[in-house]
Amino acid sequence: MKNVRETARAVQNGDATALSVLEESLAQIRARNEELNVFLYVDEEGARAAAHAVDERVARGENVGALAGVPVALKDNLCQTNIPTTCSSKILEGWRPPYNATVVDRLLAAGAIPVGKTNLDEFAMGSSTENSAFGPTRNPLDTSRVPGGSSGGSAAAVAADMTPLGLGSDTGGSIRQPAALCGLIGVKPSYGLVSRYGLIAFASSLDQIGPLTKTVTDAAMALEAIAGHDPLDSTSLPEPPPSLVAHVEDGVAGKRVGVVRDLIDGADDDVVAAVERAVEVLRDAGATIVELSVPEFRLGLSAYYLIAPAEASSNLARFDGVRYGLRVDAGDVTAMMEATRTAGFGEEVKRRIMLGTYALSAGYYDAYYGQALKVRTLTIDAFRRAYQEADLLLGATTPSVAFEFGSKTADPMAMYLSDVFTIPSNLSGEPAISVPFGTGEAGLPTGVQLLGPGRSEARLFAGARVLEIADGRP
Amino acid sequence: MASLRREDVAHVAKLARLTMSESELDKFTEQLGQVLEHASDMNALDLEGVVPTAHPFGLINVVRADEVRPCLDHDAVMAMAPDAEDGRFAVPRILGEAP
Repeated sequence: MKNVRETARAVQNGDATALSVLEESLAQIRARNEELNVFLYVDEEGARAAAHAVDERVARGENVGALAGVPVALKDNLCQTNIPTTCSSKILEGWRPPYNATVVDRLLAAGAIPVGKTNLDEFAMGSSTENSAFGPTRNPLDTSRVPGGSSGGSAAAVAADMTPLGLGSDTGGSIRQPAALCGLIGVKPSYGLVSRYGLIAFASSLDQIGPLTKTVTDAAMALEAIAGHDPLDSTSLPEPPPSLVAHVEDGVAGKRVGVVRDLIDGADDDVVAAVERAVEVLRDAGATIVELSVPEFRLGLSAYYLIAPAEASSNLARFDGVRYGLRVDAGDVTAMMEATRTAGFGEEVKRRIMLGTYALSAGYYDAYYGQALKVRTLTIDAFRRAYQEADLLLGATTPSVAFEFGSKTADPMAMYLSDVFTIPSNLSGEPAISVPFGTGEAGLPTGVQLLGPGRSEARLFAGARVLEIADGRP
Repeated sequence: MASLRREDVAHVAKLARLTMSESELDKFTEQLGQVLEHASDMNALDLEGVVPTAHPFGLINVVRADEVRPCLDHDAVMAMAPDAEDGRFAVPRILGEAP
């Protein structure tokens, strides 16, 4: 399947129709979805209608948009009007949203074709897509292994050539980690750059929507299409979004790259080797390398696993059997709510709700939640100091390549630890990108991560592009 | 800091409107205890005077003009409710029998 840039160009020039591109995408989904469990719902009819509309506009000589005819896989925590949206939870099974997420409206306005909804860890809580109520997704590169998570479905869709673009959400690494495990580009934008309206909330102060693609340019095109202020999201940044595609080839000459030991130490040897090769590539491309130690990043994991569950326990209070989704009947309204939530939520979601409720409860608030919010400040201050010495930071995305099914499900803490390198950017609200760079154990892709200050996406894409070229993808 | 007790977990389950079986209480006491134990590395820090961060960019008081705007279609929203009556969400009894 052609990538985003090639597809949009071919459709806009009339060299391919949006409908023919879509049929190729649907055929690949039919061929592999049963084995991989990527899509929970495929909207063939709606996608064909959208593709037909794009083709008619091309025929009339109109400029359709930057993503003309590009099929897109949407993580199933993004609302699309009248399309089943489950968050991979039984508590929302059968629910059809009465509105589009802003990112869906923006994709459609750019000429893209939403194809269907992809599997995730229930309510985006997980790092392997094993926590889905509808079964795990398999990694297309090795079906005995996880695709990562929580955006594992959208990552697998792109890796399996079902669509050239997937959208995910990243609360503690849920775009970047599956990107690394599936050999893709994954971007967690600056907090507020992309509207969260219509993204079913997990942890509102950390969640951001971003793209998963095969190339850096594709990711830049997709992010440009979905970024920008939205009055429907009061946390959306008021400033116009940065220009990205125009800067992809800017390179890193003269830039200071901070290599952060705390984003590398503890990773497997193959991942460490990939980061070390990336350092050499960036140096050869004219960057100045600075070694940095930022011990506060290690504390981020502790803060995150109190802050995110605390926000989740509050956000998920809305699932009470009253307004949407599952209702399990019981005597009075309190019994109904308890029966509904007990039947509707899976184990990991319950674990996080419990953790968050505890951290916020009387007598423990200051000791846990209050303390975590202060550690969040320390993390942000540590980033600020690091950016006095470096223009961007480099580290690993994940401690290992894609792991095998069941290897971490019995031990939640082991699963949480796999987010250690991605969490700091969520706490600071700053952007980060994962770039596939080389291969490790069993020939599986290794990912490296570039981090930058708020709204520095253009710089990150330029750095990622240097690594992409060096990794043999000119 | 005192370690997490089984009765704490039972209390939190009640607050969170979740029913826990005996074996779930055992498991969650152990697992949540591990996460809290890991978080105890924060207690070694001197955080006196550190200002807590609740939101990354500190946007405050984002308001919009107080004017009537289109909103979601009432019927479309109610169509997704588990139970509705006269255009309103219906729930089981919320008050007990009269004494």
